Amino acid sequence: MSVLERYEPLIDDVEAFSAACERPLPAAVRVNTIKTTIERAQAALAEADIPAEQTDWNPGLFILPDTSAGGNWPYVHGWLHGQEEVSAIPARVVDPQPGEAVWDCCAAPGSKTTQLAALMDDTGRLVATDNNMGRVSALRSNAERLGVTNLAITIEDSRNHSLKPFGGEEYDRTLVDVPCSCEGTIRKNPDVLEEWSYEHVEGTAGVQKGILKRAVQATREGGTVVYSTCTFAPEENEAVLDHVHDAESCQMVDFDLELDSRPGVTEWQDERFDESVTKAKRIYPHLNDTGGFFCAKLEVTG
Amino acid sequence: MSDTSTRFDRLPATDAERTVEQRATRAEVLDWFDDRFGIEPSVFEEHTFWERGAGKIWAFYGDMDSPVDIEGLGMTVLRTRQEHWKPTLEAVQRFGDHATRNTIALSREQATAFMAGDDQTLAWDGDWGYLIVTHELAGEQEPLGVGLYTYDELQSVVPKGRRREL
Repeated sequence: MSVLERYEPLIDDVEAFSAACERPLPAAVRVNTIKTTIERAQAALAEADIPAEQTDWNPGLFILPDTSAGGNWPYVHGWLHGQEEVSAIPARVVDPQPGEAVWDCCAAPGSKTTQLAALMDDTGRLVATDNNMGRVSALRSNAERLGVTNLAITIEDSRNHSLKPFGGEEYDRTLVDVPCSCEGTIRKNPDVLEEWSYEHVEGTAGVQKGILKRAVQATREGGTVVYSTCTFAPEENEAVLDHVHDAESCQMVDFDLELDSRPGVTEWQDERFDESVTKAKRIYPHLNDTGGFFCAKLEVTG
Repeated sequence: MSDTSTRFDRLPATDAERTVEQRATRAEVLDWFDDRFGIEPSVFEEHTFWERGAGKIWAFYGDMDSPVDIEGLGMTVLRTRQEHWKPTLEAVQRFGDHATRNTIALSREQATAFMAGDDQTLAWDGDWGYLIVTHELAGEQEPLGVGLYTYDELQSVVPKGRRREL
């Protein structure tokens, strides 16, 4: 059985799903509103004769059917950042407000981090954590290119994240965009399935649970935690939510998303999950002609 | 202290509070941006300035207890502890739209050479030294990077990692 076949019981139109997974994904760019406006970025792309299609659901996101994201004038000014459509979902679900304290606990290379900073108007405090020195260099470079100044970067295992350097203050909102099995990126990285193994899914799921637990603990009561992955595996999605729902003071909440999606699943193989995981959203490549994604919004209750 | 240090020290407000001899003060940094480029101190009202290693200054929105051991705090904006302080390309792109002097507007062709890292012969009536390079994008002059003007020549000091053939 191929990796993707294991998810067929979850999918309503297997043929469309398989066909979409085969199609390469065009480049997409997000407008960096720290440095410019959507209108001016659009004008700069037009000036450079770069065809750009504004997405229906996110006016700051453009598909570039004919070209790559870099190597043009608006890019070198830091007005644009290469970021595929589904990657731009979770920061909008976090919905950070200017002046808030926000934690991005698996931050590098920083596409979502810099999007959070822009949504905060580069004010308040954004803490970005990653455990990999090389990837943190990429994060720092992206953040500087995009003009982010409200960002503090830590290298540590997010499961042991310390609030001490930040005066012990809990976060208003936290993004938990965890490392995962990444089948959802198959349209960008066709090789991703070659590295797939069930042992890796199991090991990764354990790490994901630990990170999400720490995120809930580090976020204030009434605050928001958003959990996202680019895998279809329920072991790394609903099972993680179910586990943390039982272990920590938090609940799943509804959220709006202007993209077609399917609810989280309550059954997978021999497992049963809490009914509230249906508030999570599964995005399959054939639904909106994007990559695959999973996103859930939690409210901290204690 | 080397550049690989992760210790950040907030700049002292003024000379009177200085404990590390060569460390720039906040007042000096604000004066420098104002004197050199006409960028008013109010632009940095919400930012604190930090030194990591010897001379590299970072601007961070908000504040922290100093010193702090961390991997990054805002963005690098300025190189001090040398005769001529040098702003970073990123600082110029982020704050350079507030500049009122020592900015040089390049044509598209000149901007292309500049971003490729090429030096070019250009006329300039103003001060020698580091200039904010701008060019027109989407109908307005936009800051692009830092050039060093001496002897009828504008040197591109775009860092290697930021150079592009456009």
